[in-house]
Amino acid sequence: MTTVESQLRTVEHADRGPLSRDEMAQAIARDIEPGSYVNLGIGQPTLVADHLDGDSGIVLHTENGMLGMGPVARGDAIDPDLVNAGKAPVTELPGSSYFHHADSFAMMRGGHLDVCVLGAFQVSQRGDLANWHTGAPDAIPAVGGAMDLAVGAKRVFVMMTLFAKDGSSKLVESLTYPVTGLACVSRVYTEHAVFDVGADGVVVRETHGTTVDALRERLPVQVRRLED
Amino acid sequence: MRVLDADAAVADVADGATVLIGGFGTAGMPFTLIDALVRHGARDLTVVSNNAGNGSTGLAALLAAGQVRRMICSFPRQVDSYVFDDLYRAGKVELEVVPQGNLAERMRAAGAGIGAFFTPTGYGTVLAEGKETREIDGRAYVLEYPLRGDVALIAARRADTAGNLVFHKTARNFGPVMATAATTTIAEVDDVVDAGGIDPEAVVTPGIFVDRVVAVGAEQRIAAREGASA
Repeated sequence: MTTVESQLRTVEHADRGPLSRDEMAQAIARDIEPGSYVNLGIGQPTLVADHLDGDSGIVLHTENGMLGMGPVARGDAIDPDLVNAGKAPVTELPGSSYFHHADSFAMMRGGHLDVCVLGAFQVSQRGDLANWHTGAPDAIPAVGGAMDLAVGAKRVFVMMTLFAKDGSSKLVESLTYPVTGLACVSRVYTEHAVFDVGADGVVVRETHGTTVDALRERLPVQVRRLED
Repeated sequence: MRVLDADAAVADVADGATVLIGGFGTAGMPFTLIDALVRHGARDLTVVSNNAGNGSTGLAALLAAGQVRRMICSFPRQVDSYVFDDLYRAGKVELEVVPQGNLAERMRAAGAGIGAFFTPTGYGTVLAEGKETREIDGRAYVLEYPLRGDVALIAARRADTAGNLVFHKTARNFGPVMATAATTTIAEVDDVVDAGGIDPEAVVTPGIFVDRVVAVGAEQRIAAREGASA
């Protein structure tokens, strides 16, 4: 299988529709190196676990103090003392370990996690992330581990829809939502395209159900092709 | 270390105390000790915990009793945090939101005698507004201070009579860190065994960090979590 890492040219899949959530999760799973330590954020990113190859040696970290997290627990396997970051009951895999919160976040902050996958309200062209607070005056602020994950993992992947419900792009020139972390996101997976973001701006790696030229019409940021 | 019943263990918690309460959601929450603190009635508490209560038991019951003036936590808003949500919207409880890793590290620093530390977490965000920052080796950091408790209430699987603790799966979470960060640490456990009954290599929290132990029993612990004793 060709990994996206070795890709030299932008691939446009204009002949089929946008990616489903599961296909987005599959695309992310494909880009995670075997043997990686990975944290999957609450919500959509948890779908990535369903697409990881059991033989890949990828180890899942959960912020509440576990490496080697297994699938969601069902029936008799449910233990209220064994939960994931979303407080859902999970299972342990052979080789798993438990540790306290300061160690768990040292794994993030200390750069020991290879990849984390997070949802987002907005990502800026330089990789700034907004995913913790809408900024609405009546919202109760709650940050959890979002800011720690954003600055901690070696690579931060975002999984999100490209456009908000009002049609506006969630890939933006600069954030209008409250910041979670600055210049921390390296790649953004959406149903329409996969982007690299960072100091060099936005590069389109692949499109789904659209073309780079069509995206340029709808996005408020300048985008390049890999070969540009 | 002394083995006490729950009411005796929390009897000297003062009004206005800062209370560190273990747990991530309900995993590792010391329900029996919190129920005792509700009966004790200490008020104007500052509570440090990852969340702000679930359902109507545990920390939610302490909030509902009007004993908490201020919550310091990372993630108050949950699907079943209605007790906190209502108090917060009514202006009856103050809230300080702290990134989860900073919350843990601030307590670790308190327990380890660290005066303050620079962390990259939160830099450039509203949660770092007004805080000192510094660039170190090209990276931006925020200065954070220790977070100490007068009392820590935690839950563990087992203690021995020397106060050594072992935990159970992800219920460990904040327990070992909070145990180091409080003047008085109180642990509720399923059972207490004789010294030597826990393999020294397996001890997670050494007894030096534990002042009082309450033997709850697994059945009562589960009943307290379900709210049966409330």
